[in-house]
Amino acid sequence: MNGVMLGSTYALLGIGLTLVFGIMRIVNFTHGEFYALGAYMAYLFVAQLGVNFFAAILLATAIGMIVGAALEFFILRRLKTTDIDSVMLLMIGLWIAMQNTEQLIWGGVAKLIPSPFAQQPLVFGPVSVSPLKVFVLVTAIVLLIAFHLLINHTRLGLAMRSTFQDRDVASLMGVNVGTIYMATFALGSGLAAVAGALLGPIFLVSPTMGDLASLKAFAIVILGGLGSTVGATIGGFVLALVEEFGSGYVSADFRDAFSFLVIVAVLILRPQGLFAPKERVG
Amino acid sequence: MTRLILSLLVVLAFVTLPFWMSDPYILGLLILAGIFIIAAISLNLLLGYTGQLSLGHVAFFGIGAYTSALLSRGFDVDLGLGLTLDVAPKPVWLSFLAGILMAALFGWFVGRLAFRVRGAYFVILTVSFAQVMRLIALNWVDLTEGPMAINNIPSFTLWLPGLGVTTLTTKAQNYWLVLAVAVIAFVLVAHIVRSRVGRALIALRENEGLARSVGIQVTHYLVLSTVVAAGIAGASGGLYTHYVRIVDPDVFMFIYTVTMIIMVVTGGKGTLTGPIVGGLLFGLMPELLRDYAGPEVQWIIYGAAIVLIVFFLPNGIVPAAARIWQRLAALGLRLVPEHLRPRLS
Repeated sequence: MNGVMLGSTYALLGIGLTLVFGIMRIVNFTHGEFYALGAYMAYLFVAQLGVNFFAAILLATAIGMIVGAALEFFILRRLKTTDIDSVMLLMIGLWIAMQNTEQLIWGGVAKLIPSPFAQQPLVFGPVSVSPLKVFVLVTAIVLLIAFHLLINHTRLGLAMRSTFQDRDVASLMGVNVGTIYMATFALGSGLAAVAGALLGPIFLVSPTMGDLASLKAFAIVILGGLGSTVGATIGGFVLALVEEFGSGYVSADFRDAFSFLVIVAVLILRPQGLFAPKERVG
Repeated sequence: MTRLILSLLVVLAFVTLPFWMSDPYILGLLILAGIFIIAAISLNLLLGYTGQLSLGHVAFFGIGAYTSALLSRGFDVDLGLGLTLDVAPKPVWLSFLAGILMAALFGWFVGRLAFRVRGAYFVILTVSFAQVMRLIALNWVDLTEGPMAINNIPSFTLWLPGLGVTTLTTKAQNYWLVLAVAVIAFVLVAHIVRSRVGRALIALRENEGLARSVGIQVTHYLVLSTVVAAGIAGASGGLYTHYVRIVDPDVFMFIYTVTMIIMVVTGGKGTLTGPIVGGLLFGLMPELLRDYAGPEVQWIIYGAAIVLIVFFLPNGIVPAAARIWQRLAALGLRLVPEHLRPRLS
């Protein structure tokens, strides 16, 4: 149950990253920071401003999307070079700046987001789960379904898929690639932020939480194949289950090492990812 | 010729520095900057000359640091099945060399593994390698003391002519040691780059397919350069561990790799002097800012600096400075009367 709950949020994280990589060809090191940003925004609204818990998650997601769009519009779009290493370096710079801004504002001490759910676990026969985790799971799955509908059944999704396949041809067909890039980055950041806002109340919120999230998102994306959203969804669940079983049966200390072992194993055995190498977005 | 004289003057200036700059604080800064410059020089071999963005370079630094620290203090470790490995303390210089060797060995292993893939996959694989190393250092408490850190690591000892075996205790002595290793690393990398191997590396950076088609064994050369780079990084880790005299799993933190990469790219990747210029700049900048800004603000400035450099100096400082120098020279030439100008004939 824990594994499935984690898996659904990991899938949200992974999809956001793979979307940005697939469409914009950017290795997005700020992804984990958007995850942290989502969690901090949830903390800000719930604990500091006393906003309703559910509204706060919505607001946190919206802010994640706005910041993402702004980042794309004011920085990425102005960059002349498309050299992947330079862009990666730029993202690293932004990542350091974002993480330390969070630390400057909220300090290094981990924060707890209060949730309105009862501490009493719900009992279904032999299984007992906390209501908060059920809420997280349901929300994440609804979002996953909504995302797949968006990509496959809307004009925006069509434009994104065509940009993914061939940017120049898409632009010749009348797709405004700049707008698509902005939408992609905003959507990717929003997905990371909502994952952060959802997991924030379960774990603690700290400025470095984004680092591990970034690395796990990379693991998920590699697992599923770079640029494949279906792969990222499955990858998210696989990683979470590997982590849960690994820490349960092998050693809890090395919990976070499993994701890296998964990366290494996948890259050696099947470098193009586990699922169809040339999978389109959607 | 002028180049040789100029570089000798620079080295001389650095060698004599402790005599006219005796402030131990500044020397301490230069020692730490120097240690990172050595690591940056080794990273430049990979990043600048083979064009592979390795984000796991700090792993070699950390392996060198841990190996050297453990051997110089001695350790015992339970290997399971009732076997224990008990190692008596070794002399520091021997541990230091073992650290280099161990890092190079890991370099070979990781190189064989990681160079099956390229691009984003390679980057992520190297990041994972460093993370796994950090988690091992954190969780294998029996060997590494985990988060409690290894402390009381002995200072560097060195046999010096006329003095016998001495322990390097003063800042100036440590400074000279770091400087000596840095010069050795620089000369080594310069030699490799200008040799047949270096030309092969540059060829495969420019066009891997073409390099392969003219008979360059791409993987062989990539692994070779990783081994050398890992060894030098291991040396800088060893220097670090015996200077700071405490080592904890934080030496594997991603931020140190980032620091090295920033040094290389700011200075100019693929130029020999780039890592030194970038390293001095970024090694000293956080400290210069210390009086004006808190640590978080410093890091924010650091991050912003990277963004600005990617925007305005994508090739780094050294190539930009070289261009300006050429332009100034051309300008100066115009002031010389026509008949006195050198002619190509």
